[in-house]
Amino acid sequence: MTFKERVAPVRRDPLAEETPAFTPNEALLEANRCLYCYDAPCIQACPTHIDVPQFIKKIASKNLIGSARTILESNLLGATCARVCPVQELCEGACVLGHEHRPIAIGRLQRFAIDSVTKDLFKPRPPSGKTVALIGSGPASLSCAGELAKLGHEVTIFEKKSLPGGLSTYGIISIREPIDIAVEEARMIERLGVRFEFGIEAQIDDLVGQYDAVFVGAGLGGSPQLGIPGEEDILDGLNYIEASKVDLNSVPVARHVAVIGAGNTAIDCATIAKRLGAETVSIVYRRSEEDMTAYAHEVSFAKNEGIRFDFHSQPIRVLSEDNGVVGLECCRTEPGGLDESGRPISHPIPDSNFVMQVDQVIKAIGQVKHLHRLDTERGFIKVDVNYQTSQRSVYAGGDCIRSHGSASTVMAVQDGKLAAMAIDRQLRGSNG
Amino acid sequence: MADLKTNFAGISSPNPFWLASAPPSNSGHQVHKAFEAGWGGVVWKTIGAPVLNVSNRYGAWHLGGQKMLGINNVELISDRPLEDNLREISEIKRAWPDRAVIVSAMVESTPEAWREIVHRIEDAGADGIELNYGCPHGMSERGMGSAVGQVPEYCEQITQWVTNVAKIPVLVKLTPNVANIVGPARAAIAGGAHGISLINTLNSITGIDLDTFEISPNIGGKGGHGGYAGPAVKPIALNMLASVANDESIRASGVPISGMGGISNWSDAAEFLALGATSLQVCTAVMHYGFRIIADLCDGLSNWMDAKEIKSIEEFRGRSLHRLSTFQDLDLNFKAVARIDPDKCIKCNLCYIACNDTAHQCIDLVSVTGQIVSPGLDFQSSGKQAAIDGRPTPMVRESDCVGCRLCYNVCPVESCIDMVEVPSGRQPKTWAELSNELPEVSHDWNAMKRYREANGIRIH
Ligand SMILES: Cc1cc2nc3c(=O)[nH]c(=O)nc-3n(C[C@H](O)[C@H](O)[C@H](O)COP(=O)(O)OP(=O)(O)OC[C@H]3O[C@@H](n4cnc5c(N)ncnc54)[C@H](O)[C@@H]3O)c2cc1C
Ligand SMILES: Cc1cc2nc3c(=O)[nH]c(=O)nc-3n(C[C@H](O)[C@H](O)[C@H](O)COP(=O)(O)O)c2cc1C
Ligand code: SF4
Ligand code: SF4
Ligand code: SF4
Repeated sequence: MTFKERVAPVRRDPLAEETPAFTPNEALLEANRCLYCYDAPCIQACPTHIDVPQFIKKIASKNLIGSARTILESNLLGATCARVCPVQELCEGACVLGHEHRPIAIGRLQRFAIDSVTKDLFKPRPPSGKTVALIGSGPASLSCAGELAKLGHEVTIFEKKSLPGGLSTYGIISIREPIDIAVEEARMIERLGVRFEFGIEAQIDDLVGQYDAVFVGAGLGGSPQLGIPGEEDILDGLNYIEASKVDLNSVPVARHVAVIGAGNTAIDCATIAKRLGAETVSIVYRRSEEDMTAYAHEVSFAKNEGIRFDFHSQPIRVLSEDNGVVGLECCRTEPGGLDESGRPISHPIPDSNFVMQVDQVIKAIGQVKHLHRLDTERGFIKVDVNYQTSQRSVYAGGDCIRSHGSASTVMAVQDGKLAAMAIDRQLRGSNG
Repeated sequence: MADLKTNFAGISSPNPFWLASAPPSNSGHQVHKAFEAGWGGVVWKTIGAPVLNVSNRYGAWHLGGQKMLGINNVELISDRPLEDNLREISEIKRAWPDRAVIVSAMVESTPEAWREIVHRIEDAGADGIELNYGCPHGMSERGMGSAVGQVPEYCEQITQWVTNVAKIPVLVKLTPNVANIVGPARAAIAGGAHGISLINTLNSITGIDLDTFEISPNIGGKGGHGGYAGPAVKPIALNMLASVANDESIRASGVPISGMGGISNWSDAAEFLALGATSLQVCTAVMHYGFRIIADLCDGLSNWMDAKEIKSIEEFRGRSLHRLSTFQDLDLNFKAVARIDPDKCIKCNLCYIACNDTAHQCIDLVSVTGQIVSPGLDFQSSGKQAAIDGRPTPMVRESDCVGCRLCYNVCPVESCIDMVEVPSGRQPKTWAELSNELPEVSHDWNAMKRYREANGIRIH
């Protein structure tokens, strides 16, 4: 064997799951560190209010089945949440050990508990004779469907895509959640008795009347238009991430990449481009670092990855030649008055144009809202405290109702769970 | 630097730390290594009657990820030939003249057997001999070990046989498996013992294997009680040490005590010394971490003594003994209440639930705005900020606090809860005094009630 052969790097999946699973020993040590707080703040911070100290103590006592059940009783998508939750802002951010020590690694412990248990932990109640249809198979619908199935209702999910899981499957970068995890989690929901119909773009009106209740968990749509010349040469960030999850080889690799946007999706796109071998990756944003909607821990993660940030830069046009993109023309901006979200409006500075030499441009500037016949608030479906829409028997949850605050998987799970309870109350005749 | 030199019944050692008679002192090779590391002395693994050992001889008790808070063993005395042990003992003593070399022994309960072993130990050059009256398994079934230690008459008799023939100091090592350890201690002294060692191991079963229902450790499908030692037994050892050290007649005899049972670090050691031990023996902590722990034992003890301006062990030895009391001589009017330092409190609220579920319901939860609030979470909100901002702080209602000290014991933050002495407004009064003045309070609740009312004693 030559020296060169020996030092050749081991080929590994550039987007393999980043956080390693706890070994049983690590999990035990970490679980034993938890203080078992009373009315623990981590429970309060978790949007699904998982009894965190309880599930952690059950890991410590090696009661893993009990631990997994404690998690899943509050959050059927515990496996996904354990990986994708912005724990710094949620449970771990509230841990009483965070101040002087390291907070408990709640997410990783949750993952350990769920992954250790392979058997199904819930037995559905006897059939109620009631039927519910759900639109979409993202976290909101899966959670809602699972809870309804546990309560004995006959549940059908309609999903326009070919795999279940919504953004967990197609949108969340593999280093955080590999596609198999999301799909396997949906199978667990299926084993509770939920039926899945794939490749069907369902319409609310077709379902109402056919089913005793309908839940809309359709999420949001694709990326909006930037409205700049050459936009047809820009890659859609969501499609780009989807390709990286479904078929890594289909992702177009470039040397110099510009990502337009300032949220977590922009950071995910930039991370994929970088890991696939781009030499430079720049996030282009018209406002300042403070105005970014991405979490602070995501921004520092991106900086560690070697991703550059071009703030106060507004894309104006994509420059292309015969064999593709050759640059992104931008201009400089300066802050002005505040917009409705309380962030400063950016004004282009005249004669400040410059060209970034890039051969790929990706946009990650949010998602458009689906059009519905239901009442909306700022484009999102309007619901009451019971997650009921303006139409009786039609409920909604997840990203499609999230008119305020940042959308996350765990919030969608909570919506689905609470909506299921409200639907159950209605179906059993105890809900107004 | 403080002086750690120790003189125990005429046996001197550069520091008070001796290896206890146990696996760490099983051979010359090991003792040599221990002395190189700095140990002040050794009590050689018990030699004597021929034995055979079993496998899976150590069990242990672990808690919360902490390994071996207690170790349990069904090991017998040394299973190495007597000649090998004696030869190595004399080699060690020659190589290490400044260290204490004491040899533990246990033989059949006859004067001849004891005379024989005493002579051989003396011939090897040992500084002292320790009579093992403690081994709670195996040897006891053969009429040795704790079978002797549990019967003061045997204890005195055998000690007498040994002291009649021995020219070197004789220590008697006591078993804790008795109702009152003072009896055997007095008996040993009556038999002429020059020193007392305590404690040996406690009868114990460490657990059951829930897959197989075997007793742990499993010895060919069986198991049984073994001798228990290590950090978990320290409080028991301290109590036995104190009761022996404080016994009038034992005190008057001036016989020194070698204390052991759960010593793991220098502060444990200082506590044994403060309760009257003259030398200290260590087994489990060495079995867990090796001979190197001697570094912290010596260094920590001497740094603490320096900080306290204590120059020698004799200066503080037994300093806490005069505080030892029985309940009836405690001041009933001494009052302490818990006080929480809100700057140190991390709001785990363990004190709250401990007090409210199991003590006297006198810790309140106070909101950021100073309102007393009910426990419970608000499931309408989530996120780190809501969880942190909305979290109430525990606060002791001092007027109702009975000073039980439970919250202090559960608080995970160092010196966050303080037990503060507060004036009770009453003169000191012990139960002995009270029941002497008002005998009826000890059997009549109405009398007790009148007494409480007259003295403003309100119990929450
Ligand atoms: C790139 C990206 C990264 C993210 N990373 C994280 C993260 O790390 N952590 C986190 O907590 N959150 C993250 N999120 C947010 C999180 O993914 C969403 O909040 C969550 O998936 C919302 O769940 P949902 O069920 O409401 O919608 P979705 O997950 O969007 O699912 C909606 C589903 O409905 C289907 N559908 C829509 N219309 C129809 C129809 N008419 N008929 C049939 N099916 C239909 C869609 O195909 C889709 O499968 C991320 C989001 C994005 C875009
Ligand atoms: C495995 C083991 C074997 C022991 N063997 C003996 C022995 O042969 N003779 C003896 O007097 N004590 C023996 N002991 C008791 C110790 O000397 C000591 O009294 C006891 O372990 C308490 O001290 P520690 O808490 O530091 O371990 C043994 C203890 C253990 C753990
Ligand atoms: S679901 Fe998410 S926020 Fe809730 S405890 Fe688990 S990791 Fe934390
Ligand atoms: S706040 Fe931290 S220490 Fe307390 S229960 Fe939750 S995870 Fe455990
Ligand atoms: S136990 Fe200690 S740290 Fe925890 S809430 Fe009480 S005082 Fe605060």
